[in-house]
Amino acid sequence: MSHVLSLTDLQFAWPNQALLLDIPQFSLTRGERLFLKGPSGSGKTTLLALLGGIQLPQQGQLVTNGNTLSSLSAAARDHFRADHMGYLFQQFNLLPFLDITSNVLLPCRFSKRRAARASERYGSLEQAARHLLEQLGLPSSLHSRRADELSIGQQQRVAAARALIGSPELIIADEPTSALDYDSREAFIRLLFAECSGAGASLLFVSHDQSLAPLFDRVVDLAELNRAAGAPACI
Amino acid sequence: MHLIRLALASLRNRRFTALLTVFAIALSATLLLAVERVRVEARMSFANTISSTDLIVGARSGSVNLLLYSVFRIGNATNNIRWSSYQHFAEHPQVKWAIPLSLGDSHRGYRVLGTSAAYFEHYQYGRKQALELAKGRPFGEDLFEVVLGAEVARKLGYQLNDEIVLAHGVAKVTLQKHDDKPFKVVGILKPTATPVDRTLHISLAGIEALHIDWQNGMPAYGNGKISAEQAREMALQPKAITAMLLGLNSRIASFRVQREINEYSGEPLLAILPGVALQELWSLMGTAEKALFVVSLFVVLTGLIGMLTAILTSLNERRREMAILRSVGARPWHVALLLVLESLTLTLLGLLLGVALLYAGLLIAREPVLSLYGIYLPLSAPTWYELSLLGGILLAALVISIVPAWRAYRQSLSDGLSIRV
Ligand SMILES: Nc1ncnc2c1ncn2[C@@H]1O[C@H](COP(=O)(O)OP(=O)(O)O)[C@@H](O)[C@H]1O
Ligand SMILES: [Mg+2]
Repeated sequence: MSHVLSLTDLQFAWPNQALLLDIPQFSLTRGERLFLKGPSGSGKTTLLALLGGIQLPQQGQLVTNGNTLSSLSAAARDHFRADHMGYLFQQFNLLPFLDITSNVLLPCRFSKRRAARASERYGSLEQAARHLLEQLGLPSSLHSRRADELSIGQQQRVAAARALIGSPELIIADEPTSALDYDSREAFIRLLFAECSGAGASLLFVSHDQSLAPLFDRVVDLAELNRAAGAPACI
Repeated sequence: MHLIRLALASLRNRRFTALLTVFAIALSATLLLAVERVRVEARMSFANTISSTDLIVGARSGSVNLLLYSVFRIGNATNNIRWSSYQHFAEHPQVKWAIPLSLGDSHRGYRVLGTSAAYFEHYQYGRKQALELAKGRPFGEDLFEVVLGAEVARKLGYQLNDEIVLAHGVAKVTLQKHDDKPFKVVGILKPTATPVDRTLHISLAGIEALHIDWQNGMPAYGNGKISAEQAREMALQPKAITAMLLGLNSRIASFRVQREINEYSGEPLLAILPGVALQELWSLMGTAEKALFVVSLFVVLTGLIGMLTAILTSLNERRREMAILRSVGARPWHVALLLVLESLTLTLLGLLLGVALLYAGLLIAREPVLSLYGIYLPLSAPTWYELSLLGGILLAALVISIVPAWRAYRQSLSDGLSIRV
């Protein structure tokens, strides 16, 4: 079983703050859908930034797709993220002034690899965007709308299409459903699952909402993982 | 280039502030260009006030003073020069032509110049343009004839054959009028955009006739009075004039003749080269002109600082935009470049609009500026100098844009993906 991602003895603190993360071991296997839970403020988003190479840990090793992130230059990490990872945030994922298609195609502007993959698979970038958006239930009449004209649920699906375009190996979702109402949450996750397995991507799904946990292959509690958890977060 | 499209789309999203910024930059650029165009043209038309005259000769005083009263009709001569001196140099072998100038009278605020027919033949201004009559003919048939400069005729509403009364002295309000000897308008000159337009020209004999019965600056009374009719009968030979203009056979002789005049034993005289004196005078006024330039530079700077403020205030609410870009693989310098492109776009649009406004303004203001100030503003394409000014503004915008770019760079590094709005 190969790992998309594995880390050992990772330690991280924000400048002038107490140690936030101290994780002895954590990994994600290829094709796995993992649910990482933890209360807000526990360092979930920070961990995701570390996994994407946006921040560097003060200590420890982080291997993603066979690359040791901390040994790469900042430029190489940014390239690496663009090539291999799709991000999905809680809300306001889209640039409001771009239309839907342009928003979906953003990663292809910064990653040649994903642009090549997308147009290889669907003929052209626009085709790829259209296909993904339609799979996620967004009719083509919406594709040239401005992002801020859509409902939040629709915006999250556009964000999912953007994370998935060009088939990155890892999808990182940072509480993407917390702005949705309960009924649409499950529907959204099922769509996301379908697209991830279609593209062969692993999914790291972060949330403080326990009720979604049963849908996933594996559930991990950040508090159990993180030795630094407890003291400051309890207050 | 994809970043440019992103920058444009982001600007379009904030089009109201963007438009205001563009407009501020446009106005400041228009001001700078307009000031520069007027400055260049004013200097040019100033340097061209008099041409083809090789030497100006007057009583010994300062060269700027001589230039001011002989060419610009500003101020007064401290002394006259003798008619015999005029004759001496008018007949000098190197001198091709000589124009006598006699000043000292005025008419409703405009100076009266006594001169000879040579004035209409040899006086030149601008790029060697001779004087031309719009109507009528030069003076000459009768003693009491006057040829008006264009502005005098226009402002005072004079026509050919009008009779006008000249005043003694040059104050605006004159008590002593030569009202017993009215002058008839026989000619009106075409506009020259030089002080000629503001001058009334009469013959030297006319000047003499005006003053023939005056003693000690006061008109004679009773029997001492000489009527216009009597004056016509007399041979009126001037005893003195104020200055003279000389044209030489060869320009090379200028310095030699100048020295000869300055060393003339008959009376103390001063000869100046008009080009040199004009430059000297312009450099005296240069400080005001430079101040104007500096002020308009500061206005441009204000416009750019306005842009800086607008972009900096937008930065905070755009942190999410930056984090999104980072998450899809943008590098921090992409984010910084985006802001530089934004500044450059705003400035470029501002400059284009500014140039458009300049030409619109020129189209409207050309006529009034020409008739009011005698400055001809050409509607010509931007000069290299003006283009380099515009380039300078763009460069300044580039330098200024480093401030928000640097802040966004730092911000996107420290924010990472956690956007805490
Ligand atoms: N960019 C940042 N700079 C400094 N401190 C930060 C930054 N982002 C997060 N933190 C701090 O790290 C802690 C964890 O935040 P975060 O990772 O966002 O938690 P979660 O996503 O689990 O809610 C918080 O105390 C927060 O103040
Ligand atoms: Mg978070």
